[in-house]
Amino acid sequence: MKIVACVNHVPDTASRINIGPDGKSYDTNGIAYVMNPYDEFALEEALRTKEKLGGEVIALTIGGENAKETLRKALAMGADSAILIKDESCKDSCAIAKILADEIKSLSADLVFMGKQSVDYDNSIVPQLVSEYLNYNCATVVVKFEINDKTIKVEREIEGGKEIMELSLPAIISAQKGLNEPRYPSMKGIMAAKKKTIEEKVPSSVESLTEVIAMKKPEIKKAGKIANSPEELAKLLREEAKVI
Amino acid sequence: MTKILTYIEQRNGEIKRASLEALSFSKKIANDLNGEVIAVSIGKSIKEVDKLKKFGASKFYFFKSDELNYYSPSAFSKLLSDFAIEINADILIFSNTALGKDLSPRVSAKLNAGIGVDCVNVNIVDGEIIYTRPIFAGKALIDCKFKTKTKVLTLRTNVFPLIENESSNFEVVEKEASNLDLRVKTIEEVKNTGKLDVAEADIIVSGGRGLKGPENFKMLEELAEVLGAAVGASRAVVDAGWRPHSEQVGQTGKTVSPSLYVAVGISGAIQHLAGMRSSKCIVAINKDKDAPIFQVADYGIVGDAFEIVPKLIEEIKKLKN
Repeated sequence: MKIVACVNHVPDTASRINIGPDGKSYDTNGIAYVMNPYDEFALEEALRTKEKLGGEVIALTIGGENAKETLRKALAMGADSAILIKDESCKDSCAIAKILADEIKSLSADLVFMGKQSVDYDNSIVPQLVSEYLNYNCATVVVKFEINDKTIKVEREIEGGKEIMELSLPAIISAQKGLNEPRYPSMKGIMAAKKKTIEEKVPSSVESLTEVIAMKKPEIKKAGKIANSPEELAKLLREEAKVI
Repeated sequence: MTKILTYIEQRNGEIKRASLEALSFSKKIANDLNGEVIAVSIGKSIKEVDKLKKFGASKFYFFKSDELNYYSPSAFSKLLSDFAIEINADILIFSNTALGKDLSPRVSAKLNAGIGVDCVNVNIVDGEIIYTRPIFAGKALIDCKFKTKTKVLTLRTNVFPLIENESSNFEVVEKEASNLDLRVKTIEEVKNTGKLDVAEADIIVSGGRGLKGPENFKMLEELAEVLGAAVGASRAVVDAGWRPHSEQVGQTGKTVSPSLYVAVGISGAIQHLAGMRSSKCIVAINKDKDAPIFQVADYGIVGDAFEIVPKLIEEIKKLKN
């Protein structure tokens, strides 16, 4: 089984985001990057599936030189190989999905895992777009994954419950928190990862279908009112805010 | 004439409020663009379709099949994209619900359309759509435009107002859906037992590490009950296993914008604030007056949650009677 895990190199969720000088992107100065948290669940599930069924796990990302840190982590966790598609330009989800789809196609992957969304641009549409470009089956926001032969059964999170879905290979699965508990890289894994080479590729030529005109910070709220007692608070919520 | 196709989501035949928000918005931009609003839904059955007229649809198409009682991404996306091509739709509007999030990009890909998801504001500037969406869970926002003729938008729920704007004409067309592509399909739907989901709640009461232990969430559940609220949680308490992940609010949980958000014993880590700062009214209860949660709060009370919350429950009960 050829399994691809897409991993994205993103600002840590504890980062403060400031607007860059072009007014259209964020300022990367002083930002600490990590593997996208949802992609950790995706990679973990890829590794578990390989452990169960055999095969290989290829970690795939699009990004600059520094994205190699996330690929190294993927290798240390247990991925067999890693591919960096070198592209630092800012593209929309459709363009990113096309690049990923082209690479997944050339790898002839059977099964692809990705996080349900990247915690930078928060689109949560890349897995579905890739599946459409490749004509693969796709289930998103998955909290439970089972595979038997070529049949996959998943539980996907919806408002107030779950949908249990069935699909077959080749497939793309987008991972939600709760799917598994990602492993920590072992010392042995970290040492082995240092010896593995990261294959670098150039992206296929693609175009974004949307364009960012401006990036801005949310409005800062004016200071709130401090109530002195629960009675006062309840009264303010009733009479002033009119929310209860 | 600009054709706006609005997807109406139903579960067990009930039209979702979020779809009426999407319809209200569609009608509003239809007026700006001299357009027409066509509503469409897929499923086994649907009730109270007159609501769609009331919120501005001039036509409603219902693709019906007993096999479509549950969501099938492959079947729904094929039916919807074929229909969009057939009627020559210019703009497709979805709600950013679990279904809308899953379905809309599949449809946009089939139509070669650009897609803007989770929009919190949309304006028409010189006849062009400019949409605004939060990124980094709300730590920043971007304004974007489309480069494609066909455009797909999903709207964050609870943000766009319901506006009654009755359409002068209204036609309902039921179509038997056949040749379904059921390669990916739901075989069963499981409901969480009797609990309101934070993603859909109008009021949320959230707890953090300040509650000291999972057993103390009972107090929040009581507060939630008197308010008709859902219970939410910070990442710290979810990671500690006190509460399920489905309740987590924040950057690696759900982003919410209810009309009232009560944060109890939550200090307000940046990743939590990101997920709830767009709530209309925020109340913080925390013993540390310098906790960052107070920077986004409209109302606050500094003190021990174990003393404040039970009294607050009593006060609210009194007011409600």
